[in-house]
Amino acid sequence: MSVDEKTVRRVARLARIKVADADLPKLAGELNVILNFVEQLNEVNVENVEPLTSVVEQNMKKRKDVVTDGHYPKAITQNAAASEDDFFMVPKVVE
Amino acid sequence: MTNLTNLTIAEARAKLKAREISALELTESYIAAIEKAKILNAYVAETPDQARAMAKASDAKLAKGEGGSLEGIPLGIKDLFATKGVHTQACSHILDGFKPGYESTVTQNLWDAGAVMLGKLNMDEFAMGSSNETSYYGGVTNPWRRHNSNAQLVPGGSSGGSATAVAAHICAAATATDTGGSIRQPAAFTGTVGIKPTYGRVSRWGTVAFASSLDQAGPITRDVRDAAIMLKAMASVDDKDTTSVDLPVPDYEKAIGKSVKGLRVGIPKEYRPDGLSSEINAVWDKGAQWLKEQGAEIVEISLPHTKYALPAYYIVAPAEASSNLARYDGVRYGLRVPGDDLIDTYEKTRAAGFGPEVQRRVMIGTYVLSAGYYDAYYVKAQKVRTLIKQDFDKAWSKVDVVLTPATPSAAFAPGEITDPVQMYLNDIFTVTVNMAGLPGIAVPAGLSSEGLPLGLQLIGKPFDEETLFQTAYVIEQAAGKFMAKNWW
Repeated sequence: MSVDEKTVRRVARLARIKVADADLPKLAGELNVILNFVEQLNEVNVENVEPLTSVVEQNMKKRKDVVTDGHYPKAITQNAAASEDDFFMVPKVVE
Repeated sequence: MTNLTNLTIAEARAKLKAREISALELTESYIAAIEKAKILNAYVAETPDQARAMAKASDAKLAKGEGGSLEGIPLGIKDLFATKGVHTQACSHILDGFKPGYESTVTQNLWDAGAVMLGKLNMDEFAMGSSNETSYYGGVTNPWRRHNSNAQLVPGGSSGGSATAVAAHICAAATATDTGGSIRQPAAFTGTVGIKPTYGRVSRWGTVAFASSLDQAGPITRDVRDAAIMLKAMASVDDKDTTSVDLPVPDYEKAIGKSVKGLRVGIPKEYRPDGLSSEINAVWDKGAQWLKEQGAEIVEISLPHTKYALPAYYIVAPAEASSNLARYDGVRYGLRVPGDDLIDTYEKTRAAGFGPEVQRRVMIGTYVLSAGYYDAYYVKAQKVRTLIKQDFDKAWSKVDVVLTPATPSAAFAPGEITDPVQMYLNDIFTVTVNMAGLPGIAVPAGLSSEGLPLGLQLIGKPFDEETLFQTAYVIEQAAGKFMAKNWW
């Protein structure tokens, strides 16, 4: 399988990365090199093989569903590009 | 007086305990050495004041006959580990100015053991790279150079800053992380020792995530004993990481010096691909010979799915990365590039904040997870991963440990490899270990004809790091230690 410029544009949109039209051909080429490389997997017979979900056999650890941490909004928002009254600030999303 | 920065952790530990040297003296020696080694670009943030304060606290403890296993030992920390109030940016532009309000479990364990932080170390952006060339802070220079050459070489990656800092003696040891070979490949390129422990041995909490099912932290050190000391301090059972495995951490140092008599060492024939350099073949044979001379039994084995590990990795790792890196959106931390609306802000921020290699991997990951392709790529790759793991499971009935080359070549020059897939091939011998969740150690085994370090890799059973230390030490005893000439 290989990707064309239209697919690259769609994937870039899904990945939320702005790509200039002029850069699409180069990026498509680079992605196709990688996709061609992984095509080798088609040689492998995976019939009746379960996908690996964990490398270590261990029962999922569980804990009580209680609050164990928190109550420091200042520390949470201190690294934000913009914040006000302990809220993250973003461009207006509703008119 | 000998230069204090030449002491291994074990040597410094003895002198500190005997009060022959102070932690502050040792720390000052490293701070001065870092100052002289700026050209290597190993550190992206230095914390000398914090280091001095930690060293003084260590001296106070040592004076009372107290202190942990790393009391007063100055370390470098890869920029991937969250360090409270200190530069933590995974060497990416998108995390500009990020200073976490918390400490990673690994670094907290180290500080609890008495270690001193010298600063944060350079790395490939988000640990994506094999040469340290993708760092937003520029490349790192390998302390090693070819015979009769002044040409710069890369230290490998992604833990290039860690490997260079250890090899150049500008920290006693360093933390590092390994998703496909990022501890072992740079260790091999710099004549240092690097161990990636079993998945689940070291907590991932507070370590910037790349590919969560593959990432493990481990140390890069000057010798095998120091690696055992470091791993013991880094590893723990952690409630904050559900993949942290509930097993006590052994005293790895006790494995050092144990005989390998009767140990069955596997030599996988698939690790000798056509075109493998004769030098790498020779160093591998030599390693097997050394172990045989000490009584180990050499057994030829087969790991038939080896060649598919790298292509499967380049589906699984980007898929997980695309999910993990979705959090960098310019809202909660780091860089924000203002756009016309929220989506435009996300897109502009991520276009400006991620470098080309990270963008490529996020795009590949997004593509293989997108509707209609998930089964063909991601599920298929996870099935191949099962086969890779089964190869090893079968091997463990015949052998106790596996010996392979660490890398297909010695260190190369910056700019020498520009094709992404060619760069990925650097991890051809290391990536299987991550795919199967096993422990692997890289240990120096000799020098190339050009005078560059070459490393061997030992792969162990799950949670059998002790056999790796035991066996690697035997190789180290036979090969000797390798130190770069100081030209900087």
